Amino acid sequence: MDLKEKLVSSFMAFEDGLDLDHPVHEERSSAIKNFETKGFPTKKDEAWKYTSLRGLEKIDFSIFPKHETTLEYKDVKKYFLHEIDTYKIVFVDGVYSSYLSETTHDGVDVCLMSSAFSKPMFKQVIEVYFNKAASKDESLTSLNTAFSKEGAYIYIPKNKMPKKPIQILHLATGKEPALMLQPRNLIVAEDNAEVQIIERHQSLTGNEVFTNSVTEIFAGKDAIVDYYKVQNDEPTASLVDNTYISQKDSSVVRVHTFSLGGKLIRNNLNFYQNGERIDSTLKGITILGDKQHVDHHTLVHHAQPNCESHQDYKGIFGDSSTGVFNGKIIVDKIAQKTDAFQQNNNILLSDKSTINSKPQLEIFADDVKCSHGCTIGQLDDEALFYLRSRGIPKKEAKALLMYAFANNVLESVRIPELKLRINKIIADKLGVRMGFDL
Amino acid sequence: MLEIKNLHASVDGKEILKGINLKVNAGEVHAIMGPNGSGKSTLAEVIAGQEEFEVGEGSILLEGEDLEELSPEERAHKGVFLSFQYPVEIPGVSVTNFMKTAINESRKAQGLEDMPANEMLKKIREKSEMLEIDRKFLSRSLNEGFSGGEKKRNEIFQMAMMEPKLAILDETDSGLDIDALRIVSNGVNKLRSKDNAIIVITHYQRLLEYIVPDFVHVLYNGKIVKSGTKELALELEEKGYDWLKEEAAV
Repeated sequence: MDLKEKLVSSFMAFEDGLDLDHPVHEERSSAIKNFETKGFPTKKDEAWKYTSLRGLEKIDFSIFPKHETTLEYKDVKKYFLHEIDTYKIVFVDGVYSSYLSETTHDGVDVCLMSSAFSKPMFKQVIEVYFNKAASKDESLTSLNTAFSKEGAYIYIPKNKMPKKPIQILHLATGKEPALMLQPRNLIVAEDNAEVQIIERHQSLTGNEVFTNSVTEIFAGKDAIVDYYKVQNDEPTASLVDNTYISQKDSSVVRVHTFSLGGKLIRNNLNFYQNGERIDSTLKGITILGDKQHVDHHTLVHHAQPNCESHQDYKGIFGDSSTGVFNGKIIVDKIAQKTDAFQQNNNILLSDKSTINSKPQLEIFADDVKCSHGCTIGQLDDEALFYLRSRGIPKKEAKALLMYAFANNVLESVRIPELKLRINKIIADKLGVRMGFDL
Repeated sequence: MLEIKNLHASVDGKEILKGINLKVNAGEVHAIMGPNGSGKSTLAEVIAGQEEFEVGEGSILLEGEDLEELSPEERAHKGVFLSFQYPVEIPGVSVTNFMKTAINESRKAQGLEDMPANEMLKKIREKSEMLEIDRKFLSRSLNEGFSGGEKKRNEIFQMAMMEPKLAILDETDSGLDIDALRIVSNGVNKLRSKDNAIIVITHYQRLLEYIVPDFVHVLYNGKIVKSGTKELALELEEKGYDWLKEEAAV
């Protein structure tokens, strides 16, 4: 039985123990039908031309985690941003770990989707927001919607801000030889609310993990949302991240994606600007080696006038790694005075590494500023010689140039400890010590 | 200090240096002049270890040690410094952090600990004041958006920080206005000592009024065709290079 059949036939078993009268269940039912019709995307789909899920489909993944596993904090501490105090929503093999988590209902709700689905107090928010930004057409999003049951639920009411940043951590213990996870997150920042979120998926062993995640983010008027995705997983862990962001007037949403490790990573990052004077920022650093594969598919839909979007993705590809950047910008006819900027710069460190970069601009308004640029190159030999002539060894000089190359993406990270952490991961990956504090 | 014997170097099969002989003693300043394309910058980069050039015959000895097998960084650790004609822009790395990295990497190569932070800061302050460099300038990305003159001043600041045994200044005067030229020259003169040596590459006699050389050499078509004292530079200023070209052709 292939993975698709297995998933579809498991749906009935999944329905056992769910409240079938809940309005959400209708969404699940129609979503599984869509997935059944469409199946996994193949290379014939334009959007999946360079990324194949074929290999994953052949693996016999466990779909439902069988048991709850307890982990000691000290054993997984390093995966947390532990230098600062944060709220934490932690899942172990897809199951909520209350022991490792720190949730709150003090003015804001930082808790679980399973609670939000079942408790009456959250019913209205679920009705208004759940599955309203996510695609009902895209098959992997539908697959996630069909099995949506658990994940992070974050609700920030009007004019509120949580006392501290929020971490969402998904740990996979490797108890199952191969595990599929489908977390579903809902993040709502009402008018003038503000929130900072760090998300990480982490496998603890070399067993296969396939995560198909969907996150919906709603930013009300003047809301500010910072979302950081730390993707530095094991070489046997694959991730399809589907993120849908809906913004209202004058809101600011910034998503930073750090793709530094994993087997196959696909980021589908979709911004919908449903208001004026909106600011959307999409930034990414990708550093890969071995046979790793990262595919960034971004969409910014400018649907109203006077909005901005800033995209800046930097990629460094070594060994036989492959990268994809596909940045789509749509500017509707009424979206005059749009300012859309897109930049994708790549460095190939080996003859066997590959990057496919494609800007896709669909502009229907006539008074807009849209710019895009893409570069693919090697490290600059002149610059390398310059640094070496000052006594900096070749390896460190290369690292310094790569660090410098990626640096401006880190500049907009608003949590200093996170910035430092990412810097350290990058320095580790490059195998050097930086001679200065960053 | 530096002894170059019959040095040949080529790039992409084209020979640029065709047998250079040059001896520079500690405490001396040598000027190398010559028309465009004569091989001045190539000589500077070959001494600094630019791997783009293929060194054929000949040798470069620094304090008696053959540099041939040494990488650019190893040469820097031994005290070679090149002030670039065209300093490279490195966005994302500040001047200060760059210098910290360079100095600590050199110290590491010599088996020393990192320079203590306060000592480093003191040194940075001293040397930047000497070259009249604004403190704000030091936190800017290396050479990014610097004017030609700022880049050159920054090169000499780096020289002051690194305290090399042998400094090669490749057209440090180009892009400098008269005030900047004076400041940079004063900086270089303060760094002169009986223990180090400086090679100044320039087109113009102007710089040599400020940094007075002990010897002047004329490089033409990959060879040193004439050597003399500082008066030679004046003669070149007056007569141009043509008479030397004719002499060399004979």
